[in-house]
Amino acid sequence: MKLIVAIIQPHKLGEVKEALEAVDVNLMTVSNVLGQGRQKGHTEIYRGTREAGGLLRKVRLDIAVNEDFMERTIEAIVRGAHTGEIGDGKIFVLDLKECVRIGTGEHGSRAIG
Amino acid sequence: MNAGDTAWVLISTVLVFVMTPGLAFFYGGLVRRKNVLSILMQCFIIMCVISLQWVLYGYSLAFGPDTGWGLIGGLSWVGLSGVGGSPNGDYASTIPHLAFMMFQAMFAIITPALIIGAFAERVRFSAFLVMTVLWATLVYDPLAHWVWGSGGWMRNLGALDFAGGIVVHVSSGISALVMAILLGKRIGYEKEPFRPHNLPFTVLGGALLWFGWFGFNAGSALGANELAANAFVTTNTATAAAGLTWALIEWRLSGAPTVLGAVTGAVAGLVAVTPACGFVTPVNAIFIGVSVSVICYAAIAVVKGRLGYDDSLDAFGVHGVGGAWGTIATGLFAEKAVNAAGADGLFFGGLHQFLVQLMLVGVTVLYAGVVTFILFKVVDALLGMKVDRKSEILGLDLSQQCESAYTVVD
Repeated sequence: MKLIVAIIQPHKLGEVKEALEAVDVNLMTVSNVLGQGRQKGHTEIYRGTREAGGLLRKVRLDIAVNEDFMERTIEAIVRGAHTGEIGDGKIFVLDLKECVRIGTGEHGSRAIG
Repeated sequence: MNAGDTAWVLISTVLVFVMTPGLAFFYGGLVRRKNVLSILMQCFIIMCVISLQWVLYGYSLAFGPDTGWGLIGGLSWVGLSGVGGSPNGDYASTIPHLAFMMFQAMFAIITPALIIGAFAERVRFSAFLVMTVLWATLVYDPLAHWVWGSGGWMRNLGALDFAGGIVVHVSSGISALVMAILLGKRIGYEKEPFRPHNLPFTVLGGALLWFGWFGFNAGSALGANELAANAFVTTNTATAAAGLTWALIEWRLSGAPTVLGAVTGAVAGLVAVTPACGFVTPVNAIFIGVSVSVICYAAIAVVKGRLGYDDSLDAFGVHGVGGAWGTIATGLFAEKAVNAAGADGLFFGGLHQFLVQLMLVGVTVLYAGVVTFILFKVVDALLGMKVDRKSEILGLDLSQQCESAYTVVD
């Protein structure tokens, strides 16, 4: 089992979700996050004072999948979120030790989908 | 007695009243989210406390019969004794004395509330409360008497302060500076970014201030007449000019016109036109509006940084500087052609009036500054004006009010 964590541009969420559903990945957790990459955030001005280092708004997806779903999930996220410009985001893949479906008490691979 | 005048003053009273909640949101949006309730609470409790102080003895000190030297009113109107339905000829001969008293109460409320901007995010609530009552009693009430009270020495000298440039803005602004310096900086000031947590609140609050200020300025004519109309037009015109000017300055110097800049400029314009609104023409109000934004911008964006004091929300930079400039500008642009009861300013041959205005600003700065300094030291020794480090980091909402403005989970 793998946990796929994707940081994407907020305005690409719709397209990513569509691409994921097209490959039958329907379960995900979405959250608003702040962050910065190579572009180093942005500058804000308050009454003439510049405040550098403002973090950018991003969306984070947490998706747990079985091994056979991993590649298509990653491809779908890239397909939906790619613009080619700086700030498109990143995808991290982590090994997942355990998964429990609270409603039924199922464990492991059966609990993921 | 005149029904039209009475109706206008009562309506104006409500307009001035709403300025304090407006100010609460103007300031509340500018602080970090952990401190927004403390600002709203400070403004709200001032509405409660000063309403009582004013009725019990504040009005008598400010407007009661002079005790002899034009310095303070006597105690004969304590508890509004003798202040009733019939007009008082010294102040407003066509409206009930009670209506005049209530109109003035709203000014007494908003003035200490303006100071909140200077000590935001680090003041202890109990000390703030005691300080507010002492300040209203020993700074605001005497100053209101000097400038507006029957027999007040500044009034007798011919002070031109139509709606409170000296009494409200210079007094609160300089006191704000003194308190900001004495209280010291917030933890992390100039090291970490302090972002306004809700600029829409600030814009809403600023717009409410503009709305209420029509009562503040045009209501100060104390009648539904030509003078009120003139004050109404000059108020709106100066404010518009100042808001636009500030946005343009920022656009030129920082690369973008910010909404905070436009609102700040508008408030500076309202402040500057306050003493002048009943004495100047609409076109000269534009000059006042444009110039106050240039001056206040310089004070906030340049001078404040160089001097290094932490006036959290620029109470001094907007109200102190803008009020002083407005009072001086009144001595430049005032003309008898607008208001026969006024005087001619420097640009209309009135050097004397100009010097009087300068002197009034100087005396007010000195008086309000020194008394605020003493009061601060006394209250600080008794209660401690600043919260401890842990409470400041936690935020005043939790440490002083035991509440949170926004929930993270349901």
